[in-house]
Amino acid sequence: MEFVLVQTLNGISYGLLLFMLSSGLTLVFSLMGVLNFAHASFYMLGAYFAYQVSVKIGFWPALVIAPLLVAAIGMLVERWGLRTVHKYGHVAELLFTFGLAYLIEEAVHLIWGRLAVEYRVPPELDGPLFHIMGSQYPIYRGFMMLVSVTMLVSIWLALTRTRIGLVIQAALTHPQTVEALGHNVPRVFMLVFGGGAALAGLAGVIGGNAFVTEPGMAAAVGPIIFVIVVVGGMGSLAGAFIASLLIGCVQTFAVSLDWAIGGISIAQAAPVLPYLLMVLLLIFRPKGLMGTREG
Amino acid sequence: MNAALELRDVHKSFGTTKIINGVSLAIPAGERHAIIGPNGAGKSTLYNLISGRYPLSAGQILLNGEDITGLKPYEINRKGLSRSFQVTNIFHRLSVYENIRCAVLWSLGYRYSFWHRVGGLRDAQRRSVDVMERIGLARRRDTLAGELTYAEQRALEIGITIAGGASVILLDEPTAGMSRTETANAVELIRQVTEGRTLVMVEHDMGVVFNLADRISVLVYGEVIATGTPAAIRSNAAVQEAYLGTLHKEVASA
Amino acid sequence: MRYQPLNLGRWVLWSATALVLLAAPQIFSASFVLTLMTQMGTMIIFALSYNMLLGQGGMLSFGHAVYSGLGAYLSVHALNLVGHGAFPLPLPLLPLVGGLAGLAFGILFGYVTTRRAGTTFALISLGVGEMVFACSLMLPGFFGGEAGISTNRVVGQPFLGISFGPAIQVYYLVAFWCFVCMAAMFALTQTPLGRMANAVRDNPERAEFVGYNTQHVRFLQLALSAFFAGVSGALSCINFEIVSAENVSAIRSGGVLVATFIGGVPFFFGPIVGAVVYIFFVVALSGFTKAWLLYLGLFFLLMVLYAPGGIASIILMQIPVIRARRFGELLLPYALAAAAALVALAGLIGMVEMVYRLSEQGANTVLTVFGLSFDARATPPWIAFAAVLVAGLAALRHAARFVSARWDAIQQSLQSRAA
Repeated sequence: MEFVLVQTLNGISYGLLLFMLSSGLTLVFSLMGVLNFAHASFYMLGAYFAYQVSVKIGFWPALVIAPLLVAAIGMLVERWGLRTVHKYGHVAELLFTFGLAYLIEEAVHLIWGRLAVEYRVPPELDGPLFHIMGSQYPIYRGFMMLVSVTMLVSIWLALTRTRIGLVIQAALTHPQTVEALGHNVPRVFMLVFGGGAALAGLAGVIGGNAFVTEPGMAAAVGPIIFVIVVVGGMGSLAGAFIASLLIGCVQTFAVSLDWAIGGISIAQAAPVLPYLLMVLLLIFRPKGLMGTREG
Repeated sequence: MNAALELRDVHKSFGTTKIINGVSLAIPAGERHAIIGPNGAGKSTLYNLISGRYPLSAGQILLNGEDITGLKPYEINRKGLSRSFQVTNIFHRLSVYENIRCAVLWSLGYRYSFWHRVGGLRDAQRRSVDVMERIGLARRRDTLAGELTYAEQRALEIGITIAGGASVILLDEPTAGMSRTETANAVELIRQVTEGRTLVMVEHDMGVVFNLADRISVLVYGEVIATGTPAAIRSNAAVQEAYLGTLHKEVASA
Repeated sequence: MRYQPLNLGRWVLWSATALVLLAAPQIFSASFVLTLMTQMGTMIIFALSYNMLLGQGGMLSFGHAVYSGLGAYLSVHALNLVGHGAFPLPLPLLPLVGGLAGLAFGILFGYVTTRRAGTTFALISLGVGEMVFACSLMLPGFFGGEAGISTNRVVGQPFLGISFGPAIQVYYLVAFWCFVCMAAMFALTQTPLGRMANAVRDNPERAEFVGYNTQHVRFLQLALSAFFAGVSGALSCINFEIVSAENVSAIRSGGVLVATFIGGVPFFFGPIVGAVVYIFFVVALSGFTKAWLLYLGLFFLLMVLYAPGGIASIILMQIPVIRARRFGELLLPYALAAAAALVALAGLIGMVEMVYRLSEQGANTVLTVFGLSFDARATPPWIAFAAVLVAGLAALRHAARFVSARWDAIQQSLQSRAA
């Protein structure tokens, strides 16, 4: 019983992290029509920058500085890369971000080496948050959930309550009209792309020390995020939310279960489960759980 | 006798917005039928419903007596209905010849064959060359479709639509954006290629409409307010009111 | 782009290709060049099969290695059966096993993946690729776990006296299949399915309205493409005598994507060029520097930004100019641009190599680049290389403008002549 409770909480905190990543991806996709293959790379950069800053200064400054650095990189990428490629169509944009992912991974190899770095949970957040029937639930997991929820709520508020949020929402479906009204739509795109990158970077800051910070982390979480986006339905935030929690829980539970089916334990099969889910969904419900926009 | 194309109480809503509000129409085989109406009346939506691009909210559509409601576009096309598009919709990286050939392949029965050499298919060749000559693009045979002039693309658009030998042809504003001479040529082309077939045409140019159509339907706010011969429509009070003088001016110059 | 010269021209082209394939080992006889060419031959088939999806069908796939890899796995098991005397298959026919395996999986996975198009299809192909890769680590019986499955290609009866042990014999086997597959894939582009694949790529909606189920077209195109991918997988198995999880990995899938793209997606021969360049990068360059993947990634990005039609497009763009006998006017601008690019490249290489050396824990920080030795921890080399890079980039900007101006002038006069 306690196992189920703890694992559910773990699954939710992991799922919220996944949602931080997939929501940024979905927002950028909905707005600009480009699927950022390098989104998970921004996640990785967030973790590495946080590591660097927390080693030199501290964790709490890193929480602010790292996402900002990643946002800056995102804006540069949009301004100097995506804008050039935009005229060649969506395939070219996707390929550009694909090449970018390659490049970022190699740059990380270059600067920080191929082994994992010691990005640690800060001591003030290390320890049990509460005890449930003999098991402890770590503070840091609670912290992760807090940060995720706060960030997501603020974004929702920003999009629906502020002026710039309204401009973004309008530019989502009618960029030319918005531009005709005098708004600087290219700048809006740059800000949104940077914002998506910042979101991924923040996820990296809080996820990098909870899990592992190594050059393969982008390639490990990237495909999961894409599966979430497909399962949830391209362009749907609600769908991404449901899919994130679903896959977060499925993976968390699967990894800790030792039942075996046909000689393979579920824990061993855990990596395959999200993809299996995607395949099943495709057969029975190709549009995804709540699909709105086709790529 | 079955009508070539029949719409029975067709309704279409997008969310809560009702676009088509109970349209019923029966077009006999071989007739040239024009659909006119003010902008926003729902003409393009009607076409999209007939050709299977959008699903119906209610009602039925019959092609040669057969119910085609809810069928996919390619299924409807295989049953003998073909449509053109208001915004030119061609294969821009293929040549003119290849565009037309793609339009004939299914009707000649070649389907998904990957064992026929397409260059050696005499019947496809003959049909494509024939269509190209009829639409006047034989000299531009090897030009990439994306590089044609606007009027040439519109002609190609018509060519692709009729190449498959469909018995019911839907043309969506075929002369949109054309000059007077180009329009006159297009009208002649349409008249020739739809000989013996059923033609349904959405048009704004009243000259074209009165030149070509056997019967006209007037679509206003998703409803057909009148159907009849050109003369009857011209003198119909409701139509005059809906167009408020536009009809008079256009007819005077037609 | 049309690739239809006179039919005579086509015969000449194909004969010349065959001749090149036959004569190459005689001209480049060093053994490492031979292995390089064998790998290129395999990659050519793989890249051409990939372009059946991307260039012909407009389908971007991030998981194509699934079909070549599974073809390789089935081939290696078949080959081991031959070795145990249980399956009397002559080695030259092994690629058919790989091809049929690829086809089978193409039908199986293709049915699911082609239900969506565009970006969604791309992501699904990634997901299926990851799924197969994850399975490959889970089922050691079939996939051999981390170490993979190894085999011996010199088994069974020699085929017409050829044992396929020596590298030169493997090369000719690969060259044979490469030629056959090239011809077959080209022939496929000239079939109703091939033409409709192009139509679906250009305008899927219109293709529906001329009577074609676009999903079915894409499904068939994928299945056929998977067949050829399986053939290349089998040849890889014969060449390396080992198949492991890496054969179905995202890295392999990414590799064929990069190779096809840098060669040129819109043209039939583009992937052939791309495969050659890619293998050169991966195999030859990786011997010189640890940063080869970085350079490849940078090259790929630059191609996406500035030459999305690939190397093939750059070559083909010159042809009208050459025909008009005005190519001479471009030689100077091109030379200047190349020189500037080389300078910038030198600066970049210097800095990248230094960073790599510094990031390696405990490595000697003294390195030799372009014949000069220096310590990566000292500041002067950094300043020097940075200066070279900046100077090179600045010069490149000017040179690029020069090329652009000259090019526009020539294009204008060519067009006014044609008008």
